Amino acid sequence: MNDKKMRQSRWIPMISLIIIIVITYASATITEFNFIEGLATIPQALSWIVANLFITQESLEKLPTILVKLNETIFMSIAATTLAAVVSLFLGLMGSKTTKVNNVFSVIARFIASFSRNIPVVAWSLILLISFGQNSITGFLALFVGTLGFLTRAFIESIDEASVSSVEALRATGANYFHIVNKAVIPQSLPQMLSWILFMIETNIRSATLVGILTGTGIGYVFDLYYKTLNYNAVALVTFTIVIAVIVIDLISNRIRKVIL
Amino acid sequence: MTLLQVEGLGKSYESETQVLKNVNFEVKTGEFVSIIGPSGAGKSTLLRCINRMVEINEGRVLFNNLDVGTLKKKELRKLRTDIGMVFQHYNLVPRLTVIENVLHGRFGYKTTMQGILGRFTEEEKEHAFFLLQKLGIEDHAYKRCDQLSGGQQQRVGICRALIQDPKLILCDEPIASLDPNSSKVIMDHLKSITTEMGITCLVNLHQVEVAQDYSDRIIGLKQGEIVFDGMGRLLREEQINHIYGTELRELITV
Amino acid sequence: METTETIKTIDTAYIKRTKNGRINIRSGNKIDLVIKWTIFMLTVLSIMAFFFFDYTGLQLVRAITETAYNLRVMFLEPTLNHFSWGEAFHQIGITVGLGVLATIIGGIIALFLSFMAAENLSKPWISKTVRVVVAFIRAVPTVLWVLIFAIAAGLGSEAAILGMLFHSIAYLVKAFSEAFEEVDPGILEAMRATGSNWWHIVTHGVLPSTFTYLLSWTFLRFEINFGVAVAMGAAAGAGGIGFELFMASGFYFDLREVGFITYAILIIAIVLEVISTRLKDRFFPSSVSN
Ligand SMILES: Nc1ncnc2c1ncn2[C@@H]1O[C@H](COP(=O)(O)OP(=O)(O)OP(=O)(O)O)[C@@H](O)[C@H]1O
Ligand SMILES: [Mg+2]
Repeated sequence: MNDKKMRQSRWIPMISLIIIIVITYASATITEFNFIEGLATIPQALSWIVANLFITQESLEKLPTILVKLNETIFMSIAATTLAAVVSLFLGLMGSKTTKVNNVFSVIARFIASFSRNIPVVAWSLILLISFGQNSITGFLALFVGTLGFLTRAFIESIDEASVSSVEALRATGANYFHIVNKAVIPQSLPQMLSWILFMIETNIRSATLVGILTGTGIGYVFDLYYKTLNYNAVALVTFTIVIAVIVIDLISNRIRKVIL
Repeated sequence: MTLLQVEGLGKSYESETQVLKNVNFEVKTGEFVSIIGPSGAGKSTLLRCINRMVEINEGRVLFNNLDVGTLKKKELRKLRTDIGMVFQHYNLVPRLTVIENVLHGRFGYKTTMQGILGRFTEEEKEHAFFLLQKLGIEDHAYKRCDQLSGGQQQRVGICRALIQDPKLILCDEPIASLDPNSSKVIMDHLKSITTEMGITCLVNLHQVEVAQDYSDRIIGLKQGEIVFDGMGRLLREEQINHIYGTELRELITV
Repeated sequence: METTETIKTIDTAYIKRTKNGRINIRSGNKIDLVIKWTIFMLTVLSIMAFFFFDYTGLQLVRAITETAYNLRVMFLEPTLNHFSWGEAFHQIGITVGLGVLATIIGGIIALFLSFMAAENLSKPWISKTVRVVVAFIRAVPTVLWVLIFAIAAGLGSEAAILGMLFHSIAYLVKAFSEAFEEVDPGILEAMRATGSNWWHIVTHGVLPSTFTYLLSWTFLRFEINFGVAVAMGAAAGAGGIGFELFMASGFYFDLREVGFITYAILIIAIVLEVISTRLKDRFFPSSVSN
């Protein structure tokens, strides 16, 4: 019996490896991906990047335009995240096992979250684009919907993790639902929730770039513009500003996290 | 005077098995009663039926002549303000200060608005400090609860129960997570609550010796049924063996 | 309450009061301050955001009613018009395949890099360098990587996979190296004490005790990469179901087909999510309980 198990466990890595190879091969076939070619592309691409993607004096003149658009993108992701967080807090409280009001609301909350989370942000922006047109609100709403689902799931976990026991204790003192949520659940899980919100703001700046390419707004729009007009120095500048923005926001978030968690 | 009557109490969760079967007992005002029994006997469930943290399936629980099982939402809140509860894992809000956690015991008396604004009267706050002092932890009042030791946290838990001005305190294994020294401090405090303040205590315990030392009366629970109910010194070796199952006894009381 | 008589006996030395003489109950520490400040800033910035937005051509009421109508058509009458079921499966296969390749190749590369990034397995300067590079890669949106590679490699799966690789590697290096750093130092010390070399420690001490974590992180990344692959199809011409979605909504304006494609994406995403939640619950019991 033990012997058989030993022999089995020796085979498992082998079998897993074979399965992985088969899946990889199948994926490469269907996507027409050529490993050799892919490999060869890397040095080619890197040398192209070194040769073309640098910032010139000329491209720096475009900086003001770029910064205005970057500004729009950053604010779009902050606003979408914050507003989504407010709604998610409500959905999270409804969906959590510890703080749900009743099962019907709980199922509805979880359904909304799952639905909005699992349809990618691109799909949302394409859907919204049809009738909202090319403006910031389209991107804002697409980010809002995607963030809503993600944050609701994260908040449900934060709430359940943080407060099962104190909720029981407060219920036993005769406290009502609002007391419990307001004075036990929120104080305890708020830092974790804020941490998720900060994470989402950073993620959304990157998603906003993608959404911007599709909806013709913000930093994504200028990137696409310079990219299509083969102005690679400006492309480099745009990329650089995005990197700086994301890293600065990441640093601020980490400072805040260090204090509150 | 009888404070609590439990009549033919039965309880089962989703599954078929009965966790509590036809439980009958009474508790008088000012009594200190311990409930002992092996793990899974239904001790926690029994306590939670008394303040209806879990729904009662069969029988009745009468507290102060009120039928607990039939109370409406508002009346249930009122009932719970009269019954304090102390937990094995203290169940405090770890990020909040000691004094805030103690004051949480007053929510039962507050309207929603008062609670949301976090308004407590000066008397309530002073009373909270008085209780902290009584339990010897007033110098930690402004610390966050997660910075306290287990014994100190349990004393905060007791203060939270006391500030409710309860007639009865339910303690679910209050010393199961504590070392012997802190356990003694906690048990002494619980005992003095009964003797000095006249508040009735119903305590779930795992340690038979502790139960015998402190209680006026012991209730032995086994597989959801009461198999012993009487004074601690009347509890004999063979009855203890009966409650816990002979071989397990050594393991449990270590 | 019997407070009136007890007040006298309180030792008031421990009571803190506010300026107007009321008893303080909050500790007023830095944490509360930072939390309040963060929430305040987020609120202010969100309100400000609406002044920076570009509202070109927006007719809010019409847009909302139209979207409501569109959503109804999409989700209640999904059909395929411009391609067949077989083609649909093929396109989905391409998107899943892009995700698989980016995840598997990324996972392998990330594994090696994360040995270098983990502080307990590497030299400080190597670990620092890897971390800085990874942070930089992470900061560039995936779509930009894909588009940049597309110039050098031409549009197609190579550019898409290479672009997606970058982010997958950055993400997994962070996750893997953190898992390695949580390995009990006692295990490493005990193995060093027996004279094991670095490879022995990694293959017999570190990998066995973190393998399940690595697996579920990798799967989580696969879940993400599926969404990314859809996006790359739509925004960077990488093909697959994302491209069909882009065509259906942007060229044919065929809401029913958009609905069909959205459903297909949704179903796969939910299946992936369920699997990765299962893996997570099984392998990270700590984050589920307590
Ligand atoms: N919420 C619940 N849902 C379903 N079954 C439960 C629930 N709570 C308790 N039980 C079951 O009821 C039985 C009694 O549990 P209870 O917690 O009352 O025992 P206990 O005597 O307090 O045990 P312990 O000493 O381990 O705390 C157990 O078999 C337990 O599995
Ligand atoms: Mg119990």
